[in-house]
Amino acid sequence: MKMFRRCVMVGLAAGGVAVLAACGSSSGGGASTGGKPGSPITIGTSLSLSGDFAADGQAFEKGYQLWVHDQNAKGGLLGHPIQLKVVSDASSPAQVVTNYQKLIGSDKVPLVFGPFSTLLTAPSARVASRYGYAFIEGAGGAPAVFTQGLHNVFDVSVPVKLNLVTWAQWVASLPASQRPKTAAYATVDDPFTAPQIPQAQSILTGAGVKTVYSKVFPAEATDFTPIAGQVASTHADAMVLGSVDVPTVSAFVHSFVQQHYSPKAFIATAGPDQGATFVKAVGAGNENGIFVPNGWYPGFQKADSQQMVKAYIAKYGGSASDVNADVAEAYSVGQAMAQAVAATHSLDNSKIIAYLHSPVTLDSVQGPVKFNSLGENTAGKTLTFQWQNGDLHQTIPTSTPGSKPPTYPKPPWKG
Amino acid sequence: MSGTALLQAIVDGVLTGGVYALMAAGLTLMFGVMDIINIAQGVMVVLGAYLSYELSVHLGIGLVPGLLITVPLMFVLGVVLEFCFLRRLREQDRTGMSILITFAVAILIEGILSAIYGVDYVQLHASYVDKSVHVFGFYLPYIYLIGFALAGVLLSVLYWMLYRTKFGRGVRASLQNRSAADLIGVNVNRTRTISVGIGVAVTAVGGMVFGATTAFNPNSGYDLISRLLAIVILGGMGSIGGAMVAAIFLLVVNDVVAVAWSPTWAPLVFFAALVIVLSIRPQGLFGSPAVRAQ
Repeated sequence: MKMFRRCVMVGLAAGGVAVLAACGSSSGGGASTGGKPGSPITIGTSLSLSGDFAADGQAFEKGYQLWVHDQNAKGGLLGHPIQLKVVSDASSPAQVVTNYQKLIGSDKVPLVFGPFSTLLTAPSARVASRYGYAFIEGAGGAPAVFTQGLHNVFDVSVPVKLNLVTWAQWVASLPASQRPKTAAYATVDDPFTAPQIPQAQSILTGAGVKTVYSKVFPAEATDFTPIAGQVASTHADAMVLGSVDVPTVSAFVHSFVQQHYSPKAFIATAGPDQGATFVKAVGAGNENGIFVPNGWYPGFQKADSQQMVKAYIAKYGGSASDVNADVAEAYSVGQAMAQAVAATHSLDNSKIIAYLHSPVTLDSVQGPVKFNSLGENTAGKTLTFQWQNGDLHQTIPTSTPGSKPPTYPKPPWKG
Repeated sequence: MSGTALLQAIVDGVLTGGVYALMAAGLTLMFGVMDIINIAQGVMVVLGAYLSYELSVHLGIGLVPGLLITVPLMFVLGVVLEFCFLRRLREQDRTGMSILITFAVAILIEGILSAIYGVDYVQLHASYVDKSVHVFGFYLPYIYLIGFALAGVLLSVLYWMLYRTKFGRGVRASLQNRSAADLIGVNVNRTRTISVGIGVAVTAVGGMVFGATTAFNPNSGYDLISRLLAIVILGGMGSIGGAMVAAIFLLVVNDVVAVAWSPTWAPLVFFAALVIVLSIRPQGLFGSPAVRAQ
């Protein structure tokens, strides 16, 4: 059915591209000052409001909207109030291309923000590049985005290939008597997870941790029982799971509980960062001890970050633990754009691109942002978080202010 | 790969196959007997899971007892679906149009669920969901054993109803020749309405087990439908028992390939097995070519 829906989307996208091509396209890369003083500026973006990435896409929308609200309170961009135009891509790589074609080619928005996920950022960045648009994004951090030879893409978050490095280095630094002897690696076939696992595996292998399981499973997998069962049968001391969502991690956790297998260390690339949603899925108590890498968390000690969390709660309700990293990533995109527009005093995308490639360090709720020639943020640092007694805490690097000592080995499953 | 791992994969495949058979049961009835391709089956499984979630979390009703409420609710949904949409389809393009109608229904249900529950994932919990029994060196999860048992009971009841009762004869007669069935006194409209109702009702059971084994949100149903259709086609359209055998066969193949070879190839082999079997037996494992030829 997913294939069916994607086929329909591809057909629609192909039709849309043909129509747009027939109509011609603009090449200016946006206006230089945004028209009459006080007239609104529209920033276009495509987000996954439904489909596989719906939870992340909707969180991203909240992050963008929060930034628009805050920036407008400061006077908008160059004195123009900001309007955000969000179109849904249903998590489809075909639809996201159509959306940016329309936003830039037909709607002629002067600026665009990136979508959610590497899977959607890679194709949409190419569209923006054709039109000469700066493509600032917060969730396309895998090599698949930066190896396309594009000059216009800028990721405000930490490159995902480094996500597991700090955790792996911490494991490798454990005394030999405590260090895991064996490790299992299972990862979904996805551009977000694929670059992360080899980095961790290399560090752990170098530290003498023997690999007892290492396999990739397809993104379409719905039954994780045989994979989790085989991992459990290896009794690996450490489990490294390349996941993109909550259901995958939840399926592994439940299967491990049923198989009476509890690794000493368990890290998943995504899923445990989803706060209360993750706890509800795995069952209260089973989350304790599970690690997840990320660049930001609600308790991040930075003034604008704390202000953003307060604004989120005021606008959307809930508590700080309901604010996931997607919100901060999206908010940071807006902050980077605002600083570039202010510095260049222009909405000209070519000037914005040139500025972002200059050796400047920008500021964001996630921390400093400095782009290399590929558009990767080289100033950001990956942190590793761990669920401890029902709360997600920053734990690694252990020397970083605000880090709590990691719980090791992982507590037994609550069952 | 050890023999134990292979045996574990076979056991897992058999038990998971039971769960898939449970989810495919309603599809078998509607697709196999009434020529309605219910694209909304996956979304209906998710709807069944949400109904169980609602009863469990907000009313404290256990997952299995809750079926006494969710099954009738889903039956009503099926009746409404047939009465409002499917009945209006012309006989000659009934199958093709049913795809469009049920796709629209799927989007409608998904939209309503999204409006109510948002897109956050939830999962059904009960004391036995994470428990397992140790038998001959294997851990057998209770939830999968329950799912397998429910599949056996449910498919047996469906088989009995379809092939051992007057109502079942009416269902089959109305498919083979609507006019003739009408002439011999079968109330075709009522028969079909009840059949769709039953087909949707049994999905509540599959939804409960699905929700207890997988974290889900309103979008989760789309990942299921291709596999459920494969199971129904392989088992033989119109064969209730065939769905059970096909589900177990395909899931065992899937799990053995995942363990013995690579999880990457498991979905490919899953569907390749379907193609190979159909090239030898186009009517499926237990389907009747005579019935489909009419």
